[in-house]
Amino acid sequence: MLEVGSIDVSYGDLQALWGISFNVQEREIVVLIGPNGAGKTTILRTLSGLLRPTAGRIVFLNRPLDKTSPYKIVELGLCHVPEGRALFPGMSVLENLELGAYVREARKVREESFSFVFEILPILNHRSNQLAGTLSGGEQQMLAIGRGLMSKPKLLLLDEPSWGLSPLLSKTIFEVIGQVNHSGVTILLVEQNVQMALGLGNRAYVIENGRMVRAGDTKDLLHDEQIKDAYLGSG
Amino acid sequence: MTAEILIQSLVFGIFVGALYGLAAAGLSLVFGVMKMLNVAHGELLMLGGYATFYLFSLCDLDPFLSLVIAGPILFLIGILLFKGLFSFLARLDEENKIKNSLLVGFGISLVLHNLAILLFTADERSVTPTYAGAGFELFAIQFPYIRVGGLLLSILLMYSMHLFLNKTYFGKAIRATTENWQAATLMGINIEKTYLISFALGTALAGIAGTIVSVGYAIHPAMGMEWTIKALIVIVLAGLGNIGGAFIAGVFLGAIESVSALFVGAYMEVVGLVIFLMVLELRPQGLFGR
Repeated sequence: MLEVGSIDVSYGDLQALWGISFNVQEREIVVLIGPNGAGKTTILRTLSGLLRPTAGRIVFLNRPLDKTSPYKIVELGLCHVPEGRALFPGMSVLENLELGAYVREARKVREESFSFVFEILPILNHRSNQLAGTLSGGEQQMLAIGRGLMSKPKLLLLDEPSWGLSPLLSKTIFEVIGQVNHSGVTILLVEQNVQMALGLGNRAYVIENGRMVRAGDTKDLLHDEQIKDAYLGSG
Repeated sequence: MTAEILIQSLVFGIFVGALYGLAAAGLSLVFGVMKMLNVAHGELLMLGGYATFYLFSLCDLDPFLSLVIAGPILFLIGILLFKGLFSFLARLDEENKIKNSLLVGFGISLVLHNLAILLFTADERSVTPTYAGAGFELFAIQFPYIRVGGLLLSILLMYSMHLFLNKTYFGKAIRATTENWQAATLMGINIEKTYLISFALGTALAGIAGTIVSVGYAIHPAMGMEWTIKALIVIVLAGLGNIGGAFIAGVFLGAIESVSALFVGAYMEVVGLVIFLMVLELRPQGLFGR
């Protein structure tokens, strides 16, 4: 579904990614792990079009993405739920969700999408008229995911969905992600909570200092000594 | 000092305040969406005024009807200005964006000001339709038709803006861009298009305000900066990013100025500014800011 071929990405003169290559198959949950500042968010931002690679190719559903406008990328079915949620704080939960379904195809099936989102994230229904900025951290994360779902994505990019959440809430979020994947959405997940992410995903890639250092099935990585030392510490 | 004189003053203050509000609303829209201050906003208002003046003197078109032409003309001018100049600026980083947009804005302001002197002469103009002096009276308070028309038009426009921004998908996209443009991009919103339409709408609002100014008051080539500053004061008073609030704050400022003119005459604007500073001191986010 997604094929990333040796991309280099820079912030101005500062290079952040070197020769990153990976792929995502349909219906998978692929996880990107690595230390802070390794470049995981940079990868997601390049996929969604907020950044452009200076070298390499990105192909999504057989279309090259590297020169496509961000809004067209969403229309193609790739939806990025950024880190820190990036909601519209002065707008209501309902309005945030409506905006999630902005692209024409998603707008047509808006009602269905609302039903689906409210089914797996019922709290959003209860709070539908509340301003997004007044929600708790966990609720905001659910809204961010719900909003992403409204665009009827084929591939959902999730950037640190458990950030700032309690272990219990994180568990709930991961369950929701599992349900979403089950309903047919492919997921590319960036996570700090390595234990949970590897538990949920099918395959994982490890990014360090802007380079891809490991790749493999999550089952294997969970038992790998190096990974355990570096990321699975005492957690 | 009778109650009538006070109320008459208040009423006139509201009439002019509505224009402050309309001009401010346009500026607020552009600033909220693009995070850029268009310092040529007042000159765009002036252009609207002149468009109405010439449509009236050359074609005998009633000023309130000429809005139908003047509004779209200014909307188009806004599109051209955006595509030609501001769209490039919107993509710059924060620091360069601010510096360059001020530079470009002042440049446009100078060009339009001097162009106006060249084309229209520096004389003051006013549009005086046949019903210019007429009005109706209510409880011994005078309500000139032109001023009332201007107020009603302003309210109608603001209400339309409200409906547009809150009930249409594209309007919500504009508000979303105001809140967080990166997140808006990720929703599949074409940011370039929201910038374009917002800028053009802001320009059109300024133009229509200019139309009303040309009828009830006078226009001249140098009026631009005065109105830009007034609009700026109003949007800061209201709190940045609140378009409806900008209108209300404009009416509020107009009313204060007018009433204080009874007591301090030519220093009425000073009173307005003092109140402005006081509000900022007590409530820095503005009357309606978050």
